[in-house]
This record gives sequence, C-alpha cells and structure tokens, in this order.
Amino acid sequence: MCLGIPGQIIEIVDAANQIAKVEVSGVKRNINIALVQAEGIAPGDWVLIHVGFAMSKIDEQEAAETLALLHQMGEAFADEMEMLQRSQIE
Amino acid sequence: MKYVDEYRDPQLAQQIAAEITEVSAGRRLKLMEVCGGHTHTIYKHGIEDLLPRTIDLVHGPGCPVCVLPMGRIDDAIAIAETDGVIFTTFGDMMRVPGSRGSLLDARARGADIRFVYSPLDALKLARQNPDKQVVFFAIGFETTAPSTAVTLLRAQAEAISNFSVFCNHVAVIPAIKAILDSPDLQLDGFIGPGHVSMVIGLQPYEFIARDHHKPVVIAGFEPLDIIQSVAMIVRQIVAAQPAVENQYGRVVRPEGNRKALEAMARTMELRPFFEWRGLGFINDSALKLRADFAPWDAELRFDVPGLRIDDPKACQCGEVLRGAIKPWECGVFGTACTPETPIGTCMVSSEGACAAYFNYGRFSMASERIELT
Ligand code: SF4
Repeated sequence: MCLGIPGQIIEIVDAANQIAKVEVSGVKRNINIALVQAEGIAPGDWVLIHVGFAMSKIDEQEAAETLALLHQMGEAFADEMEMLQRSQIE
Repeated sequence: MKYVDEYRDPQLAQQIAAEITEVSAGRRLKLMEVCGGHTHTIYKHGIEDLLPRTIDLVHGPGCPVCVLPMGRIDDAIAIAETDGVIFTTFGDMMRVPGSRGSLLDARARGADIRFVYSPLDALKLARQNPDKQVVFFAIGFETTAPSTAVTLLRAQAEAISNFSVFCNHVAVIPAIKAILDSPDLQLDGFIGPGHVSMVIGLQPYEFIARDHHKPVVIAGFEPLDIIQSVAMIVRQIVAAQPAVENQYGRVVRPEGNRKALEAMARTMELRPFFEWRGLGFINDSALKLRADFAPWDAELRFDVPGLRIDDPKACQCGEVLRGAIKPWECGVFGTACTPETPIGTCMVSSEGACAAYFNYGRFSMASERIELT
C-alpha cells in the first residue's frame, strides 16, 4: 500500500473522469490521474502510483531506478503487483 | 559489508559513509526515520553496517498498519460481520490482530471480506452490487488519504449510496510532535518521509527546525538516498544550522501536491483526538469525514463498538513505535511473535520494524551494537 510504483502512461482512457491506462512492468491497468493533471499528463509520461492514483510525475531515470529497487524487494513487490493486476478501476 | 554491492553506486555509498564518519567525528547521534518504507530499506540493505557505530537509527511510527490500535480492528470486524456488507481492505490489514482475532479470522467465520488494490476498486464493487453495502477500510498517512478523498468525491458525484468509508487516515506531523514531546527519547534529527511529503510539501516540518532546533531531511527510498540524507543531517548538526532540506527533489515539490490537499480538505477534517498504538491519544492527529459526507461515513452508518482495547500484555509494539526499544528487545520477538503468528502489528506489515528485523535476520548483528541510551 505504501509502495509507490512507477508506471508509464499509455493513453488517456476517460478524460472526464481522469482515468488513464498505464503500463507497470508489462502489466496494463487503469489508474486515476486527477491528482497530477495540473502537471500536464500525456502518453509517454512516467508517474508514481499509490493505490491506483498517480501522485507525482517523475522522469524516466527515476522510474527505472525505483523499479530496480522494487524488484529487489521481492515478495512485497510481487504482492503489490498481484493486487494491481486484479484492480479494475474504471 | 556484504550488502553494499546491491547499491546502485556502491562506491559512492562507501564514499558518503566515510564522509559521515569523518564529519560526525565520534558524536553520538540518534536519528529517527519516520517512514516504514525507510525502515524496510535500512534493514534490507544493512545501512546500519555502513554507518559509524555512533550513529543510531531509531524507527518511528510511520507504518500505518502498525499504529492502528486494537479497538479500531475490532470496529472493522464488527462492520465486516454486519449482514449484507462487503468489507474491502488492503491486503496488509488482513492479519492484524484485534481482540477477537483478525479480519482473516472473521472471513473464516463467514464475513464477506475482500482485498482491493485501490479505493476505486471498492467503489466499483459498490456499483456492481447495488443490493449490498460496500465498505472501504481506509488507512494510511497523507500518501493514501487523497485517494480516499477523490473516491468519496466520485461516490458523491455519482450518488452511489451503498458505498461508505471506515476512515482511519492519520497525519504525520502530530505524531512527530508527540515524539518530540516524549521525555524518553532524545533525538538529534529526522529522516523525513518521502511520499507523505510529496503530498504535504516541506512547510509543515519547519517548526521542527525552528522551534526544536533539529534537522529534517526528506529522503527517497533508495539505500543511497538514505545514506545521503544522514550525511545532510550530520552536516547540519555539525554546523549547528538546523533546517528542513529536501533530498528527494526528484519526487517531492516544496509546495506538495495542491490538488491532493484540496481533495482532502473538501472531504475530511481533523478528529479532535485519535488513539495511536504506542503513542496513546494524540490531539488532532487523524482524519474523519466532514459532515457533508455523512452518508458515506461507515462509522455513522454501522454500529461500531468504539471501545479502547489494551494491547496484549506481552506486546511491546508501543515502545518499538516510539523508538524506545529495538524490535529484538521485545520479550516475544521471534519466538511467540513471528510474521506467521503476529502478536503485535509491527510484525504484520513488511514495513513494520519487527517484520523488517525478522525478515532480514539482522537482529543478531543489531544486538552487538553499542547501546546509546
Ligand atoms: S515482537 Fe511482536 S509483540 Fe513484540 S514489539 Fe514486535 S510486533 Fe510487537
């Protein structure tokens, strides 16, 4: 829950409800981007995701480093990815 | 130093560690990392091995699962066991013991309790099950509170009436204040929480430097970030110029996330008091739903016992959460209390100090460290 996971925006799915599709380590899921819209979010951007919400825009290098760190965490990250995979935000 | 090769830049880590040793010049310093994510990194990567023995890292109360008192778990179970309720929670909360067992036990007794990744998943369950009451067990610091807030705004906009939130969000600043005022702990500085600060920004920490003359460095989660932050704190101490610094500028903007703060302010307000495990009742330290959101407030919709329950006698989570003892100093650590059979909350979440010590087998090393009381 407290793990922030970096994801890359693939498309804006529903602009009115501020839903975008992201890819995280090969998994594609919808997230809410209401809290980062002021930063101007577009496909290709990287964001840090907490519980289905993009909380901060980050650069690609930061995303790569955070992902590497998360992979080292092993089980905790695997659990978080499994939960993300089951998520059905719309 | 067998873990150092896992670092992104081992050489730089060694170099900064050497600098810390030189600059701190044998001073005995107690620094608190407030955030459970930092505790996890510190034990996973053996950061204490890299630092001079005179610098003691004390774990703070920044694991939201760990600080929830027993009574709130009992309240959650009471809601979950109400007829017609689908109770949704983050996975971390399932094994936290209450006085009548955990949510996992309640599920075994027949309650409909489901894991969700996001509060928005809970809202979707409410849309899909109009004949059920869907309750979301909201926990966390300012990192997750905005997500609950946006979900509530959406429930209101769509007039979804079978959704409600059992709100247990807590605020980090009042907890730090309580620790600063606690007489059994003399800290020299704080490693500030990265993701909470991404929401609240830097300004709320200023009183710590100004009134308490202690450094605060907001840190990222890589081992290197933490070592760098310790170096920044040590430099501040040696220069006698306490300030709030941001080591995690890659993610944390000085002003925080205004949208997130707005969403929280629209939906939630401070509770006059709230009980924290180990810290007791702290004024204005937690959030509840505003009166406009009463229709979505599970505490109003359901009968909750609302009782204060003492922790089990053997449990010393309180002292661990205040940083007064190390996890391995608790009498049941690793024997009666393990991640499989947790007695206290700090053993449940992977961000809890006890679980971190247990999982990375560092307690034997830690017990050899000099005591700095
Ligand atoms: S060992 Fe168990 S009971 Fe003791 S402080 Fe840690 S979590 Fe609490």
